[in-house]
Amino acid sequence: MADKIFRVNMSTLTTSIEDVPKSWAGHGGRGLTSTIVAAEVEPTCHPLGEKNKLVIAPGLLSGTIAANSGRLSIGAKSPLTGTIKESNAGGTAAQILAKAGCKALIIEGLPEKDCWYSIALTPDSVTISEETELPGKGNFAVIETLSDRLEGKHAVLTIGQAGEMKMSSANISIKDPDGNLRSSGRGGLGAVMGSKKIKFITIDAKDGKVAIAEPEKFKEANRVFAKALVDHPLTAGLGQFGTNVLVNVINEAGSLPTKNFTAGQFEGHEAISGETMHDIIVERGGKPRHNCHAGCVIQCSQIYNDAKGEKLTAGFEYESIWAMGADCCVDNLDQIAEADKIMDDIGIDTIETSVAFGVAMEAGVLEFGDGAGILRILEDDVTKGTGLGRIIGNGTGSVGRAYGVTRVPVVKNQAIPAYDPRSIKGMGITYATSTQGADHTMGYAVTANILGVGGNVDPMSKEGQIELSRNLQVATAAIDSTGMCLFIAFAALDDETCLPALVDLLNARFGIGLTGDDVVALGQSILKTERGFNMAAGFTAADDRLPDFFYTEALPPHNVVFDFTDEEMATFWDF
Amino acid sequence: MKVTIKLFAFFRESRFKIENRDLEKGTTVGNIVDVLGIDRKEIGVLMINSRHTTLETELSENDILAIFPVIGGG
Repeated sequence: MADKIFRVNMSTLTTSIEDVPKSWAGHGGRGLTSTIVAAEVEPTCHPLGEKNKLVIAPGLLSGTIAANSGRLSIGAKSPLTGTIKESNAGGTAAQILAKAGCKALIIEGLPEKDCWYSIALTPDSVTISEETELPGKGNFAVIETLSDRLEGKHAVLTIGQAGEMKMSSANISIKDPDGNLRSSGRGGLGAVMGSKKIKFITIDAKDGKVAIAEPEKFKEANRVFAKALVDHPLTAGLGQFGTNVLVNVINEAGSLPTKNFTAGQFEGHEAISGETMHDIIVERGGKPRHNCHAGCVIQCSQIYNDAKGEKLTAGFEYESIWAMGADCCVDNLDQIAEADKIMDDIGIDTIETSVAFGVAMEAGVLEFGDGAGILRILEDDVTKGTGLGRIIGNGTGSVGRAYGVTRVPVVKNQAIPAYDPRSIKGMGITYATSTQGADHTMGYAVTANILGVGGNVDPMSKEGQIELSRNLQVATAAIDSTGMCLFIAFAALDDETCLPALVDLLNARFGIGLTGDDVVALGQSILKTERGFNMAAGFTAADDRLPDFFYTEALPPHNVVFDFTDEEMATFWDF
Repeated sequence: MKVTIKLFAFFRESRFKIENRDLEKGTTVGNIVDVLGIDRKEIGVLMINSRHTTLETELSENDILAIFPVIGGG
């Protein structure tokens, strides 16, 4: 059965299942969400209004046996940035959606009635129901209640209180294979779902399967592809220490943003590092290795237990730990884990919210290092939606405006994550030029700048940075379309068998004849589609820059500033 | 000359986190890696005083050498 577009109109409370337009057929994941948003959403519309659409799409290879192919793309116009947005996450939804024969789920309109709804999707239906039990509840209660309420194997996408309150940092949470949560974290897509009054979406593929045009070729390509992933030396470290292995190396490089981006090294780095986290997890009987979706061979996720040996949080990532840790000067991993759990439950982006706390600390709302204060404000203010809670829940830029702070680390109003752009200049290019606001995953120049993966580019020199960021952003747009986890890029950059195997997988899945050049062209065209949407929404080249303080305040220990001119930055788009 | 050596990730197993060592002048990063029994092929990142370096570099008085395996995340 050919894949279909499933459409839900919340204004009329009607649904339809449509054929895939020809021009969308070659797209999946981010390429498809961005193509649909660009085609159907007025760029100047209010992100929380009737004209915005929430688009959910599995990748081109999702639902197959291909290793690491279970990532989901969710797109819309972002209430945080005002740009086009694609937020990418694991969990079971991409695979189950693909098996249900859904190329994309498009949710449009706004309901008239003031009540909450849920959406249920199967291979031959998509239905809207009123929901009275779960509104007001956190994401963990949604997952628990639905596992009792529903029979069979369902994917669940849910919003917590933050999404219900339409906070600009609200995320959409996705159930993982063990009932933990993964997050489409960035850009406030939970607020878009909340504006449409949808508390949760369930997906049941029944006995649906993804059709493979050339099964033998597919199996062989997957064997080569999975081997490249498993053989890359980086895979072992990621499995053992998680992404948090980065704390110590980024700190050593003097690029770990500390105390609201006023220093590049954090005294308490060892206490929050991947090495310490690994020892705590093992000592307390947690799981150092865990997969966010079936078929992942890297397993960078983990289960972190509290001192009593009870599960505290899962999927405890470097950027979340950096933000609450170094940026807010909290050197207590248990407090950071507790905050991570609360943020997962209320459904709010851990990066945006923690960087917002860093700015609030600079404003004097609480002291740097006050982890207990962060937990109190998360529970008493953000969860309940007090004035302070809404200021923080609307993101880093919101806190800066409310308290008159000028050191506000955002691009296009989205918080800059865990790599200081003054001493990792390639990341500065990515933050400034990304079509999505500051986002490390859009073009991860840390590879060649710091890690020696995919070559070496001096992190403090301007030379080669624009080209590096451009190549990575193009490749990332293509990878984000396949449903592949971005971490396949490490192997793709270093192992020459990896990318051809990925192209072979796409060709065997669909019975087509793509080349490597076609994949590059796909990445380029996605970036241009996204940029076109942003320009039509009112963005210009002047928005492709970092906040002033990065150009004027030298970052210790290297005492460097960001020194690309706007003219140099504009050359990024010369392709 | 006195040099501080810091190890990270699984290079710490059966070795150490941080140690001060007295070394002869002319000692290279590679010499230290070999003395520590670290397989050169496993090395991802080498830094002296928070700047990237190579196995051939000679250490100087009071240098801080950091040795990482191939790691990544993000």
